[in-house]
Amino acid sequence: MIKFLTKGLIRDRSRSFFPVLVITLTVALVVFSIGFLKGTMNSLLLDTAVILTGHEKVVTRAYHEESQLLPNDLALFGVDQLIEDLNQKYPKFFWSPRITFAGLLDAPDKNGETKEQGPVLAFGIDFFSDGSRELEIWELERLLVDGTLPNNRDDALISSKLASQLNVQAGEKITFIGSTMDNAFTTYSFNIAGIFNLRKGQTDKQMMLVDLSGAREALDMDKAASAIFGFTHSLYYDDEEAVALRTKFNDTHSDSLDIFSPFMLALRDGNQMGTMVDISGAMMAIMGGIFLVVVMVVLWNMGLMSGLRRYGEVGLRLALGESKGHVYRSMIYEAVIIGLAGTVTGTTIGLTLTYYVQENGIDYTKGIEALSNSSMVMPNVFYSQVTPDLFYIGFVPGVLATVLGTMLAGLAIYKREMAQLFKELEI
Amino acid sequence: MENSLVVTIKNLVKQFPVGGDYFTALKDINLNITKGEFTGLIGPSGSGKTTLLNIIGGLDSPTKGKVSALGNSLNDTSHNVRARLRRKHMGFIFQSYNLLPVYTVFENVELPLILNNVEMKKRKAIVKEAVASVGLSNKLDSRPNMLSGGECQRTAIARAIVHQPGLVLADEPTANLDAENSHHIMKILTDLNQKLDTSFIFATHDEKIMDYLRRIIHLDDGQITEDEFIKNSKVDTSK
Ligand SMILES: Nc1ncnc2c1ncn2[C@@H]1O[C@H](COP(=O)(O)OP(=O)(O)OP(=O)(O)O)[C@@H](O)[C@H]1O
Ligand SMILES: [Mg+2]
Repeated sequence: MIKFLTKGLIRDRSRSFFPVLVITLTVALVVFSIGFLKGTMNSLLLDTAVILTGHEKVVTRAYHEESQLLPNDLALFGVDQLIEDLNQKYPKFFWSPRITFAGLLDAPDKNGETKEQGPVLAFGIDFFSDGSRELEIWELERLLVDGTLPNNRDDALISSKLASQLNVQAGEKITFIGSTMDNAFTTYSFNIAGIFNLRKGQTDKQMMLVDLSGAREALDMDKAASAIFGFTHSLYYDDEEAVALRTKFNDTHSDSLDIFSPFMLALRDGNQMGTMVDISGAMMAIMGGIFLVVVMVVLWNMGLMSGLRRYGEVGLRLALGESKGHVYRSMIYEAVIIGLAGTVTGTTIGLTLTYYVQENGIDYTKGIEALSNSSMVMPNVFYSQVTPDLFYIGFVPGVLATVLGTMLAGLAIYKREMAQLFKELEI
Repeated sequence: MENSLVVTIKNLVKQFPVGGDYFTALKDINLNITKGEFTGLIGPSGSGKTTLLNIIGGLDSPTKGKVSALGNSLNDTSHNVRARLRRKHMGFIFQSYNLLPVYTVFENVELPLILNNVEMKKRKAIVKEAVASVGLSNKLDSRPNMLSGGECQRTAIARAIVHQPGLVLADEPTANLDAENSHHIMKILTDLNQKLDTSFIFATHDEKIMDYLRRIIHLDDGQITEDEFIKNSKVDTSK
């Protein structure tokens, strides 16, 4: 009988090929959309993570207390050792030092007199170490609008907004005026290697990026750093995991009596980032949920219709003496097989697509530029994200909804008088 | 003689719920049909022919009265018992053929044997013989949409008799066919009736069929108005 039914299933394309196709497309769409949604939410978070918080951030307890003041006198010491430990104990993340400092930038004219002056928010980032992913996560190659990436300690990148404010160009020199970590007055001269534009509204208005070594030199911060940033290797922020890690770290490695002992903060611990994480999680759930429901209704309906379309066959098989249960079960088996076939192909296609967009992104730069004189912080390359749930989420609409629809259609077999089915078959 | 009875019906009443009320489709039917009969239920539209046939076939259940077919009571039997009875011992022929479109003639005829778990090896020979008996050996691999109406109905006949049932129920088997095909079909059926010793019950108002019947039960408004046995029908009773 199974062979007989399989033959029919394969030959009747409206029962096999088309439903499988519809399920495949729908499931692929579900998987990709959810992956895309997650990726988009994640890139919103990632922007902040890269600039301000990391997925995790280690600072001293004292620094944390006064972090708005960028108190580099409370910076971490023995950073190399600490990073080595972190990399070893928490290999799910990669760890990278950061010096955040503020001061004035002075742009001199030909005669060395001050041409323009303005406040600067500078980041000392590890550009040059082997295996450093900072260039990658900042996407600096793409964001560079003029000049080159830094090649040595004294090279700096400044934002295009800052460059036009100071009326400087790539190749010129600027002087940083500020204080060292010991609160001594300092000046330090940087070369403007290149000019970048984060394309995220006003975020980079006063931004300068230099290599960690340059920052250390300028601020006299040998072996020290304001913070150590940690990112997951996939750059995907998993809130639960991040929170668990920081809790565990603080319990075991942080001494609440020692104001210089390291203290870990998850992305959600930053200013209002908790709300942001929660909102994006909730939005994910709501949008994903609505989408899933819509898709389920569609597939449920298809299951129902393709079940109902077969009243004739069902009536005949009952007349020939097949039991109701047998007919019903065979319809369900068929729906399961069709659902599985569609879901597996759909999930594969969806995942492939998601993975591709995760690796390559969809660049909306042009569109965003057109929109954005606004100060809204918007990502301009959209990435999707492959997460474990994408592997099974498609089975909910693909198999469950299809089978439920068929079950409902099949219930008619039980509910109706057989003679009635039979009459419908006579038409 | 009791065990040569194929169908016995005593005081059968069938009512359908209509709105809050009942519509009585069959009123106090009493009927015995013996082995090998070639009987027609004749009557105007709405007289209850299909209803009676469905009850005999266990597709519908009686409201009152006793009905048994092939020695099995159909009054309180479960769905599964009735399904088994149909599967093993009954065949159905419909006005609109009801062949499964995605299967070939061979496969359509094969289905009752598959349902009866007949071995694949045996099946082939039995199906071929049944198809040959309706003269379609050259169409074994055709799908229904490549067949004429007459050929479709002959396939349906082969399907109805392939498992050698004791009773074949045919509801208006010639209603969709022209005169020539109708006669062809009826000849095949009378042949099978004699060869297999299978009982046939027809529901029809087709005049062309009447000449072949050996017993005509007239139904009107859910009641048997006349029950006549025909001596000189086209069926050769002398054999
Ligand atoms: N499920 C049902 N519910 C209500 N009434 C029904 C039902 N089935 C049949 N009837 C009624 O019972 C009566 C007998 O119907 P039946 O189908 O047996 O007639 P018939 O003799 O086969 O007619 P035809 O020659 O048109 O096929 C009709 O009046 C019909 O309307
Ligand atoms: Mg009828």
